[in-house]
Amino acid sequence: MAHHPQNHTKEPFVRIVKRDAVSPQKAWGIRIIGLLCALIVCAILIFSLTKLNPISVYTSMFRGAFGTVRRSWQTIRDAMMLLCVSLGLAPAFMMRFWNIGAEGQILVGGVATAGCMIYLGDKLPTPLLFVVMFAASILAGAIWGFVPALFKAKFGTNETLFTLMMNYIAIQLTSYFVALWEKPFGSNSVGIINDRTNAGWFQPLFGQQYGWNVVIVLLITFGMYFYLRHSKHGYEIQVVGESENTARYAGINVKRVIMRTMIISGAICGLSGCIAVAGAGHTISVSTAGGRGFTAIIVAWLSKFNPFVMIIFSFLLAFLDKGAAEIASKFNLNDHVSDILEGIILFFVLGSEFFITYKLIFRKSEKASAKEEN
Amino acid sequence: MNTIVSLLQAAICFGTVIMFGSLGEILTEKSGNLNLGVPGIMYLGAIASLTGAFFYERAVEVPNPIVCIIVAFVCAFLAAALGGLIYSFLTITLRANQNVTGLALTIFGSGIGNFFGGSLNKLAGGVGQISVSATSAAYRTNIPALASLGTVGDLLFSYGFLAYSAIILAVILQWYLNRTRSGLNLRAVGENPGTADAAGINVTKYKYLSTCIGAGIVGLGGLYYVMDYTKGTWANDGTIEGLGWLAVALVIFTTWKPVNTIWGAYLFGVLYWMNYYLPGLTRYSQELFKMLPYLITIIVLIFTSLRKKKENQPPANLGLAYFREER
Amino acid sequence: MSNEPKSAIRMEGVTKTFGSVIANQNINLDIRYGEVLSLLGENGSGKTTLMNMLSGIYFPDAGQIYVNDTPVTIRSPKDAYDLKIGMIHQHFKLVDVFTAAENIVLGLNEGGRYDKKEVARRVREICAKYGFDIDPEQKVYSMTVSQKQTLEIVKVLYRGADILILDEPTAVLTLQEIEKLFSVIRNMRADGKAVVIITHKLNEVLAVSDRVAILRHGEYIATVETKDATEASLTEMMVGKKVELDIARDLIEDKARRLCVRDLTVVNPDGITVLDKISFDAYSGEILGIAGISGCGQKELLESIAGLQRTEAGASVLFTDPDSGEDKQLIGTTPKKIRELGVHLSFVPEDRLGMGLVGSMGMTENMMLKNYSDGKSLFLDRKQPRELAERILRELEVVTPGVNTPVRRLSGGNVQKVLVGREIAAAPTVLMTAYAVRGLDINTSYTIYNLLNEQKKNGVAVIYVGEDLDVLLQLCDRIMVLCGGKITGIVDGRTATKEQVGALMVKHVD
Repeated sequence: MAHHPQNHTKEPFVRIVKRDAVSPQKAWGIRIIGLLCALIVCAILIFSLTKLNPISVYTSMFRGAFGTVRRSWQTIRDAMMLLCVSLGLAPAFMMRFWNIGAEGQILVGGVATAGCMIYLGDKLPTPLLFVVMFAASILAGAIWGFVPALFKAKFGTNETLFTLMMNYIAIQLTSYFVALWEKPFGSNSVGIINDRTNAGWFQPLFGQQYGWNVVIVLLITFGMYFYLRHSKHGYEIQVVGESENTARYAGINVKRVIMRTMIISGAICGLSGCIAVAGAGHTISVSTAGGRGFTAIIVAWLSKFNPFVMIIFSFLLAFLDKGAAEIASKFNLNDHVSDILEGIILFFVLGSEFFITYKLIFRKSEKASAKEEN
Repeated sequence: MNTIVSLLQAAICFGTVIMFGSLGEILTEKSGNLNLGVPGIMYLGAIASLTGAFFYERAVEVPNPIVCIIVAFVCAFLAAALGGLIYSFLTITLRANQNVTGLALTIFGSGIGNFFGGSLNKLAGGVGQISVSATSAAYRTNIPALASLGTVGDLLFSYGFLAYSAIILAVILQWYLNRTRSGLNLRAVGENPGTADAAGINVTKYKYLSTCIGAGIVGLGGLYYVMDYTKGTWANDGTIEGLGWLAVALVIFTTWKPVNTIWGAYLFGVLYWMNYYLPGLTRYSQELFKMLPYLITIIVLIFTSLRKKKENQPPANLGLAYFREER
Repeated sequence: MSNEPKSAIRMEGVTKTFGSVIANQNINLDIRYGEVLSLLGENGSGKTTLMNMLSGIYFPDAGQIYVNDTPVTIRSPKDAYDLKIGMIHQHFKLVDVFTAAENIVLGLNEGGRYDKKEVARRVREICAKYGFDIDPEQKVYSMTVSQKQTLEIVKVLYRGADILILDEPTAVLTLQEIEKLFSVIRNMRADGKAVVIITHKLNEVLAVSDRVAILRHGEYIATVETKDATEASLTEMMVGKKVELDIARDLIEDKARRLCVRDLTVVNPDGITVLDKISFDAYSGEILGIAGISGCGQKELLESIAGLQRTEAGASVLFTDPDSGEDKQLIGTTPKKIRELGVHLSFVPEDRLGMGLVGSMGMTENMMLKNYSDGKSLFLDRKQPRELAERILRELEVVTPGVNTPVRRLSGGNVQKVLVGREIAAAPTVLMTAYAVRGLDINTSYTIYNLLNEQKKNGVAVIYVGEDLDVLLQLCDRIMVLCGGKITGIVDGRTATKEQVGALMVKHVD
């Protein structure tokens, strides 16, 4: 390099190049920095709305989510619900199948459960009733997952748009049943199902009302971890998600894996609808899913499909939701503020992924480039 | 006869909201960005126009209709375009996943909409009290001479100017995409950004502009909803979200062709409202009827994927980020 | 022509790296008007990367580019067009659903509205001038490869480019089409344009260029006048000091037929016949080489045998079981069924990370890609794959932080060691490899040759699809040559000459 020419003309001020892969520790470090930035922006927003010292805002949010035993259990209940849906979505997304139809899968699962409770609540013995409820919700969710997968596998129909449409079919279906089961007449709601007999309600476990919710969802969490990491199915899902060509080369029946995985994905989302109805709300309405089908996508995506990391993100989002509700009621605002905070956090964490894959190279000064040569 | 006219009127009002939504989304998707933030953006446009109009009407004694229109319009467009800008920055510059970012934007936008919608209600004195009657009236003004032409007037001339603007916009957009150089470049970006880039097209600029302007147009759907459809009031009932997703469905239904939104949107409107006009339906079977737009969209989606006609496919690069130095 | 040709482009000290890979190191290059420059180098020597810095696709890490003796910065393809540099990429940059005319005017800033008639008129003008034939209203998705390339050239000329870069333009063309292309290139030279051809084919270099610049392993070697060059001198510069390949080749007397391929025809989704009634046999104890310019059906041939390709009716691929002597039909099966038939077929595909391996998984998990489903258990057994991974790591000296590091992070040579190691560990009866040494350094290449020879000695029928004729001629027992999806000859690897095989590679039979 005898005569290294000087660069006379403008190099772009900043340009983007792909990084070599970074270690998982560093990647999580970057995500946590993104999260902290988001919390700062949220604090500024809350301050501008309430003029309240951000630290005390977060403490009062914490009180809202975990201030009393009852509140803590509500937060846990919501986190478990979100976690359950995220677990359902994980295998689909790992396969790069954009299942944004969880909302609908939850609802049909919930409708199936509510139907069982209403029609069979006083006819079947409790254990059998639960078996039927679980089976019905799983079946309903599985069908909702299977239909788009079938068309994706057979004709390559775009699954993002298909599953999205399935949500609204499920919503209208729910509206239909809500109108059908309306009680009392004219209330436009189903009311609390079996409020006198409590038939089909999850009973308290260890004295905790939501004990069963926790047990069921944690079982699914462990199950999903082993399914994805250690089962042959999980292996197939990973290979199909990485490259269909490789999957075919390995002798994997890609179409069958797509359909099977979506049946499982839909089934778990359907089951979470059952938990929402039998284990929490004891009613059914179009807001039973409450946007969790969409929020869960984000939980699954940010957790990189690791079920245990999903627990953390589920709790974070449930905490935000409850905390924001607390601030809202304290300051006479409405609780949609939690959606705003959630949005902001998502923007930052999504943005932080960029810094894991790419790095920025700023226009070098002479000194810097000399330094880099070493 | 009267029922048919009033069904069509309802369908056209309904259709106009989603027509704006899907025209904006078509423009966005033509650049290869699948923005699932349509409901959120519609919320942003709706709440911004309402807020703008509310403060203007409070600030002056006698609101001037023209100013009312301008204030609400500009607020709606800008706020929605700002939502598009957030999406653009994350997906284009930071290459975040488009689906997840869009959904995050929907959560954010509906949060903003319902939060400030609720707060405005409070400022105005309670739930359901807020009303920007002057602005809404300005938006709903029609030409009396034409509107009173009996059935024809009711059917064709009874709407505010935005309903006609949507049709004109659809035609303009169709012309822009298929007849202009810039439209050609935009379509190339959505089909094959590598090719567009190699041809000297500024891919980033096209993606940003079409996404932000597209979002602005989606926001006009929110504006029309607030000013015309609900006549200047706000309710936290989630209707906008449903309309937003319906707009996304309409994009598929039209196979990404703007002029098709004109009849597609009205058809969706008819299907949505028909249950109120059909005799003999129970309240619950009415709900099943509202499924029709989505069912039909699914059928269209399946048919386009079956027929594989090249011209009817989504933009080939829809949903994917572009990085020039990718190897 | 004046004695002192005017300089079009000068590159000085240009360097480009991708992560830890150095694609171009301190390159100097001179491109002149009224001249055809060949940029010569083997696959992976950095030719395309270097030219992509002129076309604005990549930005150099260091160095300076001069156009017309003025220092310039090319930040985007648009900058390149403004400097009248046009590149015809090997993978065409065309929008499928657009017409030819629409592709041509794409991105142009000619002002005014898009006037189809005017564009069509100018396109026809250019076609007439250089002797092209394209229909401005034809959609790209209905064009042949040759038509697409013509369109690319017209597109660049329409933009008024004075400096044209063609990346491997002949790779996909027939002999007649190549001749036509060369006459177009000569027309352009006569017109005073600067033309650069990226190639690794010596005969083309000698046929069409005025000067030759040679790259080797990302480094600039020299520029010579074509009239002073011979195939031998160019080869030496291209591959470095003449390496006697010295690949061992034993003659195994005891041969048995393992594969019997008859009337194999494949029509691709675009309706083009990519394999036309192929028939041949493969024997144990021999390496059957398959030569041909890339894209002549090699990929489809191997994938058909592996059960990955849809074939036309009438095709037959019989596998003779070495133990029972039984014939087994492989056509109409899947990779899984082939395994279930008890056929030990190993396949090293061309696309290593896109087909042979899972990039995001480590060595261990890649080891079980083909046999993960063995056994009744619902769960994976990672113990044996890990032992196999560790053995391959040790025996083939794979450089990796560990057996769980995603293989995507390994270098090309190590990726290939993992893939070949796995396929050989499966104790195959038939071993098929596609471009097994592409992009690998000399040492790794020899490791691979030795592995293949060892397999041959063990009685495996080896099929080696290659591109380097020297290697084919020194490694293989027999060489089958494909051209345009047909067999143009099967020659003995010990007696055939390079010229003979080269001629078969471009021989078109009807």
